[in-house]
Amino acid sequence: MLESILITIATAATPLLIAAMGELVVERSGVLNLGVEGMMIMGAITGFAVALTTGSVWLGVFAAILVGAAFALIFGFLTLSLVTNQVATGLALTLFGLGLSGMLGEGFVGRPGLRLGRIDIPFLSDLPFVGRLLFGQDPLFYLSLLLTAAVAYFLFATRAGLMLRAVGDNHTSAHAQGINVVAVRYLAVMFGGACAGLAGAYLSLVYTPQWVENMTAGRGWIALALVVFASWRPWRVVAGAYLFGGVTIGQLHAQALGVAIPSQLLSSLPYLATIAVLVIISRNRRLTMMNTPASLGRPFVPER
Amino acid sequence: MSATRENRAGNLLDVRGLTKLFGSLKACDGIDLTIDRGEIHALLGENGAGKSTFVKMLFGALEPAAGTIRWKGEEVRIASPGDARKLGIGMVFQHFSLFDALTAAENIMLSLDDPAPAGAVAARARELSEAYGLPLDPNAHVGDLSVGERQRIEIIRCLLQNPELIILDEPTSVLTPQEADRLFDTLARLKAEGRSILYISHRLEEVKRICDRATVLRQGRVIAHCDPRRETASSLARMMVGDEVQAVVREKPSAAREALLEVRALSRKAGHPFAVSLSDIDLAVHAGEVLGIAGVAGNGQGEFFEAVSGEVLQEKADAVRIRGKDAGRQDISGRRLMGAAFVPEERLGHAAAPLMTLSQNLLLSRCRTDARAFLSRLGIIRQGAVAKAAKRIADAMDVRKAGEDPEAAALSGGNLQKFVIGRELDRAPMVMVVNQPTWGVDAGAAARIRQALIDLSKGGSAVLVISQDLDELFEICDAIAVMHHGRLSAPIPIGEATYEKVGLLMGGARPEAAEPMLEAV
Amino acid sequence: MRVELVKRPQQSALFSALSPFIALLLTLLAGAVMFLFLGKNPADALYYFFIEPLLETWSLHELAVKAAPLILIGVGLSICYLSNNWNIGAEGQFIIGAIAGSILPVAFPGFQSPIVLPLMLLMGIVGGAAYAGIPAWLKARFGTNEILTSLMLVYVAQLFLDWLVRGPWRNPEGFNFPETRNFHAYAVLPEIWPASGRAHWGFVFAILAALVLWFVLSRTLKGFEVKLIGQSPRAGRFAGFSRSRMIIFAFLVSGALAGLAGISEVSGAIGQLRPAISPGYGFTAIIVAFLGRLNPLGIIAAGLVLALSYLGGEAAQISIGVSDKVARAFQGMLLFFVLACDTLIHYRIRISRRVVAAKPIKAPAGHA
Repeated sequence: MLESILITIATAATPLLIAAMGELVVERSGVLNLGVEGMMIMGAITGFAVALTTGSVWLGVFAAILVGAAFALIFGFLTLSLVTNQVATGLALTLFGLGLSGMLGEGFVGRPGLRLGRIDIPFLSDLPFVGRLLFGQDPLFYLSLLLTAAVAYFLFATRAGLMLRAVGDNHTSAHAQGINVVAVRYLAVMFGGACAGLAGAYLSLVYTPQWVENMTAGRGWIALALVVFASWRPWRVVAGAYLFGGVTIGQLHAQALGVAIPSQLLSSLPYLATIAVLVIISRNRRLTMMNTPASLGRPFVPER
Repeated sequence: MSATRENRAGNLLDVRGLTKLFGSLKACDGIDLTIDRGEIHALLGENGAGKSTFVKMLFGALEPAAGTIRWKGEEVRIASPGDARKLGIGMVFQHFSLFDALTAAENIMLSLDDPAPAGAVAARARELSEAYGLPLDPNAHVGDLSVGERQRIEIIRCLLQNPELIILDEPTSVLTPQEADRLFDTLARLKAEGRSILYISHRLEEVKRICDRATVLRQGRVIAHCDPRRETASSLARMMVGDEVQAVVREKPSAAREALLEVRALSRKAGHPFAVSLSDIDLAVHAGEVLGIAGVAGNGQGEFFEAVSGEVLQEKADAVRIRGKDAGRQDISGRRLMGAAFVPEERLGHAAAPLMTLSQNLLLSRCRTDARAFLSRLGIIRQGAVAKAAKRIADAMDVRKAGEDPEAAALSGGNLQKFVIGRELDRAPMVMVVNQPTWGVDAGAAARIRQALIDLSKGGSAVLVISQDLDELFEICDAIAVMHHGRLSAPIPIGEATYEKVGLLMGGARPEAAEPMLEAV
Repeated sequence: MRVELVKRPQQSALFSALSPFIALLLTLLAGAVMFLFLGKNPADALYYFFIEPLLETWSLHELAVKAAPLILIGVGLSICYLSNNWNIGAEGQFIIGAIAGSILPVAFPGFQSPIVLPLMLLMGIVGGAAYAGIPAWLKARFGTNEILTSLMLVYVAQLFLDWLVRGPWRNPEGFNFPETRNFHAYAVLPEIWPASGRAHWGFVFAILAALVLWFVLSRTLKGFEVKLIGQSPRAGRFAGFSRSRMIIFAFLVSGALAGLAGISEVSGAIGQLRPAISPGYGFTAIIVAFLGRLNPLGIIAAGLVLALSYLGGEAAQISIGVSDKVARAFQGMLLFFVLACDTLIHYRIRISRRVVAAKPIKAPAGHA
């Protein structure tokens, strides 16, 4: 029982982790992309539709990544090349993604989808209790942890990561140092979009293999909150994602057990938890100020 | 003169006809300049003359519209700072191009084009810092460092490239006189090694002291090439400004005056990680007096201004007193109503909203004090009355603008500053607090602003001027106090004040220790 | 070749006026392309989408019904966005306004009097404002990001409404359908002109609200305060205005208007509470606010345009069989184009060919 709960927590946490990890890189470069929800839902419908029509789950996953990145490119063009307001443009991306996915997904509502299989690591996955949890998960679960390690290594141990952090800290200085600020940000934004697309595909190919309109249900926004919660540190995102996975799965089990609490109240727990977490984090102003990338959300026009 | 230079083969850098346009403005107009090996070459000019634009083109941060750059006799195109560094050109920026959130070592690594292991970079940086007398902690976060320390990082970062030409943009504007002396020693050592230095400044005495040749710019053009050691400060100033700048007229203050602005035991904790806390500040500014507060940037001047102006309230009502009444619990509007006026350091975004028109910006600081004139019932703005007042101020201060009521951002720095100061003078305030009155302002406007402040004090008002510009303070103040690490020294009457005395206090020396330390330097 | 932005010395008045129209035009073009991909004749599709709904009186009434909440919410949001407060939870404030306003007719159906309707409107206003007050207070007090909190509260409001209509407020005579009892006659917002169509007084409220806020924003010190704090918070503080009071003010005004929109919709157009009472008005109003360039008069026009896109979606579904979801995609696209075109107000776009090498120019006289 406990084991199966822990496993489902991992499946609830993985999409949040992937999407938040992408947004973390974006925000570290000084860009605030509020379109995570929109890119995620586009990833979900793309992954589902491509997997179903081609019969290949992996093709679905790759298509979702591509579409996520392409969507991010629209955002990049507007905010980086045309210097539009990042908050408003992110909102537009979310609204557009929700609308477009609903339109594209109409023919897929109610159809059974494909599921990405688990990888059983021989012998190890048969270990009692931890076996299935650690060694019998779907491939994207492992990928999400690898992604975290890779992002952490990239940001703090490579020169390119140093450049990205420099751009997020002070774009004017970075430009004066000869770093191509706009190019760095384009790459970061597209990476974030690819991650959001992948996270969306996880929802429609692993978590609940079907297409439902608005199926992301605010997870893109929760991913944004996780980045703040983690104060822009990769490994803290893991902690946050699993905390939220726990809340989500906990309330689902409570509903299943028929606890005498209205199911709607239980369903709203992840959202209320997000607010609570944001308040707790923002109360510590010193922590927030020290870690927030100083250029976050500020427009940049290079002088030539 | 140019013919002889052309024949000389040893030119390191030879720039011809370098031009840069911003819209219709010619920021640099056909600039010629040569730099020899092992010389310190001054680039002189007042704000807006095109110095920064020129060196940004040399460093590849801006792209020239026309002109050629020859480096060691070969024509080159410098498209990026990376290109410049590869050639052997290094630059120390005026507004440092450092990253607050990164460590000193990370900042240095970023400017190296070849990825080098962090350990090796740190070791080399330490070596250089010892060789040139520039102490440095590679693991410190830049955000926590003082301006002087930041400049050292910039210089070491530059030296790591082993440059043959080093460009320094107004390096002493943020230093105490003693720190500046140490910088000159470093420069002399670099020169002795055969490196060339392009030294940008508007401080004539130091140019005369350390530079071999000088090029003077005015309005984007070369006005003269000269040997600064053979010129006088006033002849250089004439070249920079064009005609004589009117000297500011100041009279001795009369005795027996009442204190119009008093600050008593003002303390304030730092509100955020990069702020300075204020401790136990006392001062009094009397009717008819101009009191100056000197200090290196970032020693609490901004925090002090916020506290005195009422942008931030005090715990104790008597921590700030205006015209004999407690003002510590009054907000900025309340303090204005008590007769005080304030001008902050940042023009755009603090004193004025960039995208709002001048008349809207007039309303900004005077909507409460002049409510009767500018507002009718229900808070409806009387546009006509506001526009008329804005015009009156623009005329009185000779604000030059395109159009009747342009946006603040469309004005030049000097003209906007004249407006921002004039906006307050128009009320004839009894207490005036100004932070950096002439920062980045051309000489003509600066003289006008300083004279206006003196005239205000002559009329019986108390004027408090916070400035990093010592020349300015010595020119207009009756007494100078020094702010260091959020503490304020006792004011020194202008008759007893010297650059050395004030400079030592700016560097953090205790007043009684001033004399022996002077000998040590 | 590369695209460069050159900052204009002043904002361009021409493009301030033109940019929404350019954006609309671009959206229509993109829409035509989209219909082409869907295998429809673009001219037909655009006709059914944007022209047909304007040809009949009843359908103009429907336009007013849809535009009322969009304009009400949109003008409220303009105060928020102008003052740099990113309230994106208007959908939730709309729902809570609708719930609060429905307390009397649903929980106290016996209380029937002409005073019921004014009380309902008032309670709707208070409910919406109070719900908007939560993210406002959290931002003013702790600096909590209002974008995320206001949005999270939308989901909470939706779930709360769902619980109400399935649980305590379910119509006892309703065969277990998830909906409340129908409002009694005193609780219904009257139609403006019942003879010709359904448009109710909510539309009048919307126009009035827009006119009042236009006057406040363009003529009064309060409007100046809103814009100053939004453009430059430090200058706002220097002027003596309080940032935290402005946060509360902006959220309360926009929450109140969203609440009024909610109760007007329920009482004027629906007549009862259901699990879904809004086709995303609170989010579409964000687009309305930007298309109207955050100017209340512009927002009236923008609200009508977006209302038309809802009607057009329904019309096109019936006549040419495209999904009404197309409308949502249209709306999202429109916001992109609006934002992109706003760039022209602040910048000129210059397309330049990269100079390959710095060309030598005139040797100055001294060197000849």
